[in-house]
Amino acid sequence: MAFRDAPDILTSRLRYEDSHTLERFLATGGYDGLRAAVARPADEIVEEVKTSGLRGRGGAGFATGQKWSFLPADVFPRYLVVNGDEGEPATFKDHMLIERDPHQLIEGIAIASYAIKCTKAFLYLRGEFALGHERMSRALREAYTHGALGRNVFGSGFDIDIVLHPGAGAYICGEETALLSSLEGFRGEPRIRPPFPAVKGLYQKPTVVNNVETLANMAWIVLNGGAAYAALGQGRSTGTRLLSLSGHVNRPGNYEVELAKSTFRDLFYDPALGGGIKGGREVKAFIPGGASAPWFGPDQLDCPLDLDEVQQRGSMMGSGSVVVMDETTCPVRAAWRITKFFAHESCGKCTPCREGSGWLEKVLRRIELGAGREEDLDLLLDVCDNLAPGLSWPPGQTTICVLGPSIPSPIYTSIRMFRDEYLTHVKEGGCPFS
Amino acid sequence: MARLTQENVERAREIISRYPASRSALLPLLYLAQEQDGWIDDSAMEHIGDLLDLTPAQVLGTCSFYTMFKRQPVGRHLVSVCTNIACLLNGGYELLEHAEARLGVVVDETTPDGEFTLEEVECLADCDRAPCLQVNYRFFGNVTHDDFDRLVDDLRAGRLAETVPAHGVLNREQPPPVSVRRADAPHGAGD
Ligand SMILES: Cc1cc2nc3c(=O)[nH]c(=O)nc-3n(C[C@H](O)[C@H](O)[C@H](O)COP(=O)(O)O)c2cc1C
Ligand code: SF4
Ligand code: FES
Repeated sequence: MAFRDAPDILTSRLRYEDSHTLERFLATGGYDGLRAAVARPADEIVEEVKTSGLRGRGGAGFATGQKWSFLPADVFPRYLVVNGDEGEPATFKDHMLIERDPHQLIEGIAIASYAIKCTKAFLYLRGEFALGHERMSRALREAYTHGALGRNVFGSGFDIDIVLHPGAGAYICGEETALLSSLEGFRGEPRIRPPFPAVKGLYQKPTVVNNVETLANMAWIVLNGGAAYAALGQGRSTGTRLLSLSGHVNRPGNYEVELAKSTFRDLFYDPALGGGIKGGREVKAFIPGGASAPWFGPDQLDCPLDLDEVQQRGSMMGSGSVVVMDETTCPVRAAWRITKFFAHESCGKCTPCREGSGWLEKVLRRIELGAGREEDLDLLLDVCDNLAPGLSWPPGQTTICVLGPSIPSPIYTSIRMFRDEYLTHVKEGGCPFS
Repeated sequence: MARLTQENVERAREIISRYPASRSALLPLLYLAQEQDGWIDDSAMEHIGDLLDLTPAQVLGTCSFYTMFKRQPVGRHLVSVCTNIACLLNGGYELLEHAEARLGVVVDETTPDGEFTLEEVECLADCDRAPCLQVNYRFFGNVTHDDFDRLVDDLRAGRLAETVPAHGVLNREQPPPVSVRRADAPHGAGD
């Protein structure tokens, strides 16, 4: 259920055990949004989405309606590619949406396809989501039988196929151009932009890439109007979104919140949300928007859950994942583990990312294990500066995709906040927390 | 073993028909081989290359990029323990160490009886149930050390065969065939 008075846009069915079935979906208004959409001109649906102010939920927060309007007119075929590769550490909302309400996503994909006038959509689903693949396969079959997919959707003359495509264990394939390479049967390596996918995407055809959660909003927007969506939230942070809350909170989980109307403090402490910090301890630091995001300290607890506000304060809401670290957390170990992740997932194409990630991981490891030197802190910051010149947010671009420039985030922010603790590792020859 | 069976060749052709360009079927066909044999060997890759008009090197080049494609045999149960940030904060590494001790192997090894391969993995997107793991990509969350021991016993005794099929079997449901077959095939797609 959504927090406070906000409507449940994404999670309305999740109170039911059988939320993933067609029966439950139809009993709760399912496919009404698609029926309504295909009865209207496609351009009107694009306008509704523009009016809604919806911004992409995959990480970059780009306005969805605007992205759609970048497609060149009259170039066909064109494709919708749905990004279900969810791999940003501590993000687990798309996983839930796919397993628990697959028809809601199918309906959203069909509406978006109708709006952008494509007849073929691809759902790139993370390989590790075995249950998700099974539930989605079944739901797709049901949707064809029900007349919501295939030729002549609900008698409207609109044709749409959705092809379910499995990823195979590579975080970088969540990056939209790497995803397209992967979908074409190649290694998941990002492509240099321009050209942007809207102009030359899948098979060099105009392509829209959208996140799972972004598209799960479509039926609600069509049925209630873009203006009703825009009335939720504030400024350029409209509507509700799912936040994946994890780490040292009493009630980790996905929470649907109205944007800009509550704060990180609410998210961590409200009994209906995080329910407080484990063992009644204090927040030491938190990650406001995925492993790529710079960390915040307790001084930012009252920052509103607003995309622009978080950005102004030097980080991002990103993929909507929030990780809470309490006083018992070793910041070196936490930063090391995230860096190890990036070193593992770098596709290797750009030198600063491939080499930088590996060296940063090794230096952090030696500090954590007690073999670090005082100069290592400057060394870390220097390598970080090669990846993201100036060490500010959003990072400067030195590489083909933003994985590389994101690597420094946890490192320089943890050094700024916890320099003393880094130095204690060096002086004591080991981790004071273990 | 290894080359796709006639039945799987039929399935492969149906999969290829879903895409405007045949090379897009490469990952799905590698999964087909892995489902058939539990892993992917060189002759399976050659056969897939024949079906897609690719050289074995092109198939291997793509295959080797992805961690879920196993080019060496793995145990009947692939145990993947997450140690990324949310799991690290909630005992993921302690769980991994316990798993090594319980199974008598270190990460990336297989037990001598061929039952279990243990691996350390990145975030599985199940972080509210940290520490968590997957067995053949089926989720188990909030795993205590006792839970882990019970899980191993249950898997060994075949008590979870229903929820955890053998390694390689990812999707037991068939997605629907497409209805607008290749009508929109682009020109110059592929390499
Ligand atoms: C390294 C990297 C990983 C990404 N992973 C994902 C992902 O798993 N899921 C996702 O939707 N977007 C991911 N993105 C963002 C996509 O590139 C893209 O912006 C997004 O899918 C667009 O959809 P949206 O506009 O609906 O948000 C990632 C970006 C980068 C740079
Ligand atoms: S920045 Fe890293 S992940 Fe991105 S393209 Fe370059 S090497 Fe690959
Ligand atoms: S960090 Fe372990 S599942 Fe996400």
